[in-house]
Amino acid sequence: MYRNKYRLIIPFLAPSILLYVVFVLYPYVNAMYISLTSWRGLARAPQFVGLQNYQNMLNDGNFWNALGNNAFYIAVLPVFKLSLALFFAFVLTQGVPLSKFYRVTYFFPQVMSMVAIGVLWSFVYHPTIGILQAVLKAIGISNPPVWLGNPDAVLPALAGVSIWASVGFYMVLFIAAMESIPITYYEAAMLDGATRWHMFWNITLPMIWGTLQTALIFIMIGATDMFAITQTMTEGGPNRSSEVLSTYLYQEAFISSRFGYGTAIAVALFLITLFIAVVLARLLNRENLEY
Amino acid sequence: MATDSMVNPPATGQLTRYRPSNAEIAGKVLLNAVLAFWAVLVIFPMVWLLYTSFKSDQEIFFSPWTLPATPQWDNFRRGWVDARIGEFFLNSFIVVLPSLAGILFLSSMTAYVLARFPFPGNRVLFYTFLAGMLFPTFLALIPLFFLVRNLGMSSTYHGLILVYIAYSLPFSVFFLTGFFKTLPSELHEAGIIDGANQYQVFFLIMLPLAQPGLVSIGIFNFLGMWNQYLLPLVLMTDAKRYLLTQGLAYMLHQQYYRNDWSALFAAVTMIMVPTLIVYVIFQNQIQKGITVGALKG
Repeated sequence: MYRNKYRLIIPFLAPSILLYVVFVLYPYVNAMYISLTSWRGLARAPQFVGLQNYQNMLNDGNFWNALGNNAFYIAVLPVFKLSLALFFAFVLTQGVPLSKFYRVTYFFPQVMSMVAIGVLWSFVYHPTIGILQAVLKAIGISNPPVWLGNPDAVLPALAGVSIWASVGFYMVLFIAAMESIPITYYEAAMLDGATRWHMFWNITLPMIWGTLQTALIFIMIGATDMFAITQTMTEGGPNRSSEVLSTYLYQEAFISSRFGYGTAIAVALFLITLFIAVVLARLLNRENLEY
Repeated sequence: MATDSMVNPPATGQLTRYRPSNAEIAGKVLLNAVLAFWAVLVIFPMVWLLYTSFKSDQEIFFSPWTLPATPQWDNFRRGWVDARIGEFFLNSFIVVLPSLAGILFLSSMTAYVLARFPFPGNRVLFYTFLAGMLFPTFLALIPLFFLVRNLGMSSTYHGLILVYIAYSLPFSVFFLTGFFKTLPSELHEAGIIDGANQYQVFFLIMLPLAQPGLVSIGIFNFLGMWNQYLLPLVLMTDAKRYLLTQGLAYMLHQQYYRNDWSALFAAVTMIMVPTLIVYVIFQNQIQKGITVGALKG
């Protein structure tokens, strides 16, 4: 029945393969080469400089500053996103009033672009027109920080926006995983007199471990990125205090025309992300429960 | 949701046995307060945005809390025309709709072949597509910028459309290959026996059967493309062709010089409200479509 199957296979595959090779594979491979060149400007040709860019990176204070800011997000975002999402997911699968409404509401930020969210929160944080300042003053905090203009406040402020935007997404993931746990497990535990707290730790959490792991890796990848939110809200400022690797490499390449160096940062960013993902997968790869 | 009651273990049985203690009642109140607080945290900024977009600049600056004295409808006109939100909307549609059609068409054909036709290199090809999911777009960004430029497609609609399709291929092919594998092969054989050719089998039998998968992947890709910022930022540098996300960021950054906050609020409202309406209507499919990636992975 598969007579002449190549008459179908070739036209069905050819356009996808062509697009994929030209626009995806080639640039990725090309990036490795460009990262080994010095390339200053559109008109000039790239010059091969070996590992020079990577060496410069090690002595570049701005690189370490940006990496440090990413490290802040890597440390902070998973804790808040996971604990809030797990909490909401568990509570909302227990049949509390309005649970349907909460699910729909919490998830909503996920359908907006990070840019729209960034603009909205730029308004909220704004020192004169922002509603947050008004709220804080109303509850008696007379001198709240200028959130996006203060080097000490800006990272937590951006982290807050990121958490606000994605808790609902992880909650929905966890709810889907929790709802596929067989009810008999809970019934058995109930007969043994287990509390909800026990059931959460001893049934729910182990049973959704695989999903939790996926979520953690997603959050980590997000924490190494943070581009749209940072670029929209602060462009890395004030004075580089919210700059992350992604905005730094964008700046280096497309504003300062240091294409070789920018690509080298991109390669470093990729290796860091890959390293985190591999380490996490290793650390967390407890036996997944089968049921 | 039907499953709610299933995953609602202890409540009913125990209530008959004992009265809830004060601590339990306090716990319940606290729990509901936390849930309500997060809902307010999500909703309030948007409600504030909505009513602020009807205020005058004076009101925006001097009384952030209050409702507008008289609704300033002109804010929306200035946002749509002067701040060019209308143009940005149009540009986004011009890029996203063909991209979406293209990715659904190409990825379903590719996935169908990879799922149903054994040929030498089938697995290699599948994993080559899969590899695209491993690399962040950042890594390709700079070479991609030069590639598109050298092809003469900088700041063109078709250039961005091709790039959008190409970067959506890995996940779409991966997802739909899994989907086509689940369809019964008897239908394929029956079609052939009834005299349909391979193309007819695909377009008339297989594609309609794959509809649920296409809907999920379609929503996933639509939102991903519509909300994409990085690729247009680098590839659509001509301000006349800015997409919505770019236009929005551009307007915000311009605002520090121009000070027409009310038009900007109105512009953001015009972007957010349609999204909200579509979301509320289709929230089940959308939640499924967005989470589809993580659940499979």
